[in-house]
Amino acid sequence: MTTASTLLAPVRDLAAGPREFFDRAAARLAAGARPVTFYGQPADDPASLTLTLVLEEEGRLSATRTAVSREKGFHALTRKFPALHAFEREIFEAHGVKPHDHPWLKPVRFSGPEPRQMDRYPFYVVEGAQVHEVAVGPIHAGVIEPGHFRFMCLGEVVHHLEIQLGYQHRGVERLLLQREPRALAPLVETIAGDSSVAHAWAYCDALEALAGLQAGPDVEASRALGLELERIAMHLGGLSGIAGDLAFLQGAATYGRLRTTAINTSMLVCGSRFGRGWARPGALRPGVDAEKAAAIRAALALLARDVAIVNEHLLSARSVQHRLHGVGVVRREQALEIGLVGLAARASGVACDARASLPGDLHAAHPVRALTERSGDCWARTVLRIREIDASIRWLGGLLDAHPALAPSAAPLGALAPDTLAVALREGWRGEVVHCLETDGQGRLRHYAVQDPSLRNWLGLALAVRGNEISDFPICNKSFDLSYCGNDL
Amino acid sequence: MTALLVALHLAALLGLPFLLVGIVNRTKALWAGRKGPRLLQAFSDFRRLLRKRPVYSEVTTAIFRVGPLVVLASTIVSALLAPVLGRFAPISFHYDFVAVAYLWGLGRMAMMLGALDTGSSFEGMGASREATYSALVEPALFLALGTLAAATGHATFAELVGAGARGAAPAIVPLACAVALFVVLQVEAARVPVDDPTTHLELTMIHEVMILDHSGPELAALQYASALKMTICAGIVAAVLNPLSAADGPLLVAAVNVALVLGVAVAVGFVESLVARLRLAAVPTYVFVAVVSGLVALLATAGWQGGAR
Repeated sequence: MTTASTLLAPVRDLAAGPREFFDRAAARLAAGARPVTFYGQPADDPASLTLTLVLEEEGRLSATRTAVSREKGFHALTRKFPALHAFEREIFEAHGVKPHDHPWLKPVRFSGPEPRQMDRYPFYVVEGAQVHEVAVGPIHAGVIEPGHFRFMCLGEVVHHLEIQLGYQHRGVERLLLQREPRALAPLVETIAGDSSVAHAWAYCDALEALAGLQAGPDVEASRALGLELERIAMHLGGLSGIAGDLAFLQGAATYGRLRTTAINTSMLVCGSRFGRGWARPGALRPGVDAEKAAAIRAALALLARDVAIVNEHLLSARSVQHRLHGVGVVRREQALEIGLVGLAARASGVACDARASLPGDLHAAHPVRALTERSGDCWARTVLRIREIDASIRWLGGLLDAHPALAPSAAPLGALAPDTLAVALREGWRGEVVHCLETDGQGRLRHYAVQDPSLRNWLGLALAVRGNEISDFPICNKSFDLSYCGNDL
Repeated sequence: MTALLVALHLAALLGLPFLLVGIVNRTKALWAGRKGPRLLQAFSDFRRLLRKRPVYSEVTTAIFRVGPLVVLASTIVSALLAPVLGRFAPISFHYDFVAVAYLWGLGRMAMMLGALDTGSSFEGMGASREATYSALVEPALFLALGTLAAATGHATFAELVGAGARGAAPAIVPLACAVALFVVLQVEAARVPVDDPTTHLELTMIHEVMILDHSGPELAALQYASALKMTICAGIVAAVLNPLSAADGPLLVAAVNVALVLGVAVAVGFVESLVARLRLAAVPTYVFVAVVSGLVALLATAGWQGGAR
């Protein structure tokens, strides 16, 4: 394989005994390996559960797996490595297999064989005469996704925030197994509608690896065009939202207008403002001829010019600086400890960007540097969006120089390799999107695990608002801009 | 003449609040590159709300229903005491500006009790914030008005802020008072940078969150009362800045004052377009600007009167 962000391995090569599996996982995590995903699936033996752990170390993905007894469970890794907390909660919720000594087995999305009732969930309680609780959602005042936030406050200051999600649970992973594996792209694009291209590309990577197909440079360039346009558009939308929440009219209006330019460019290329239909396995769907390339360049030039003007307005406004600096801080150690990914991690100084750390041919030819900020506050997450927009516009300029035209093509997808695991990772605007596809002995899909970066970053938001004013929660929330449906699947 | 002025005053109280909201929103729309809604959109909204039947939460009591009426009544009475047209108020008596401040206080108390009556944690937070910031802004209001009373030697609201009453007082006195009263306007009328009238984020609201549960004619009453309060504040600021004197005739003074009121609305729109909202914890610091402006006016007045003697 020439794409470092995709891992393809025969299932039998991955197996390890439980003791060996956990010892080795602990040793490698302690040595600095980054957990990418950790999930469970039913084993052939109904009394046991198969666990798969994917790690990233030194620019390489690796996977190991083991089978544990459903009855006995296993010893949680979360105590030592809190970054795994969401994964182990997910395993417990979906399969009922207990990670012993896990500090907080809160349901991730209230699904699984024994669904706990959301309205009976025991939230943390803070006691004291000055303490009051504020419950927000799941139905909100704006047209946004449902999620429940329970604040424990001392006056105006948030002592603790507990976030409850799962209202959007659609059974995505189960649904994906019921369809023809080569035709899942339209479904995959709706896992998180603001990251359609990222999810679709990760799916294509994994499926092409299983089919033994190598995406050519033009195919990769086309998908990268879609992904970076998605990044620019969603970052602009995020900046508009941040400015709106600050009541900073100039930013809210202008970034919002420019986002339209970005998504309309996606529509020009592929017919969908949100990049639906852009990536399809084995195919280069939306062709780019000289005329379209010129239109894309013109749109990028317009964006570069106008974004610079409004950036200057936003960043130089003292009132904006005062609202964002030092608000919603996630320190670097915290970010590493809880395993933040993507934009939120980079804003806290963790250089976590799959385009840079796991470059394939494309990103080797057109390198991307992982941009980071140090302060980990709302200001950092805002400034980082601005810098990433600039970087993506420049990067796309280079890409269009190297690929002045992209002709549509389609390669036939053969049978999928039997008993094989494919893990694909793509850096969406919010962070890494991970798709794990596994085939059975006949080459049919046996398991499909989807992971949106939101799953790992929601706890970051909860930590960020501690000790902040409750009136600053909306701006903290917007600066993370996490997906509810991406978490709820 | 007085009858005509009373009629004009009442007309201003009925029309100006809707127009001011329209001008603020139009100013913001133009800054954002949009056309914006019609200037009298607020009046259309008002009429629409009047036709609706209010919805009441099961947990609320009579306090919740009485609140909007008290707010409306107290604001209207205060508007009859305030010289929105420059140098005239239909009702006028010695130290009537104190009555204005506490009529607002009465309305505020009714609104806060109504908010607490809903049992919502949002509304409770809003009531708590309203209590805090209105307590902070009260000294600024009294410093500015008290200074003007001292500078002019008058004791009724209409005369002490009214056009030309300042006589020979140095320009710094009315200017500093206007700054203080402009901040009072932003706090009392819940405008940026103190509050955000357009946000949907309950956790950040002050005024808006307290009226979340109101609907129909009661919501119309609260929105009108809020706009009327902004009109009163703008009228006072305009009167303080009004360059004409009593000798110019009350109609000319009124015309110039209305123009200045519209100018104040544009200024409110400019601030909302160019400045982000303050952090809630920083609002007291901002209100302090008003207090300091009031103090500057007071010291300037003391220095001027001391020197004159």
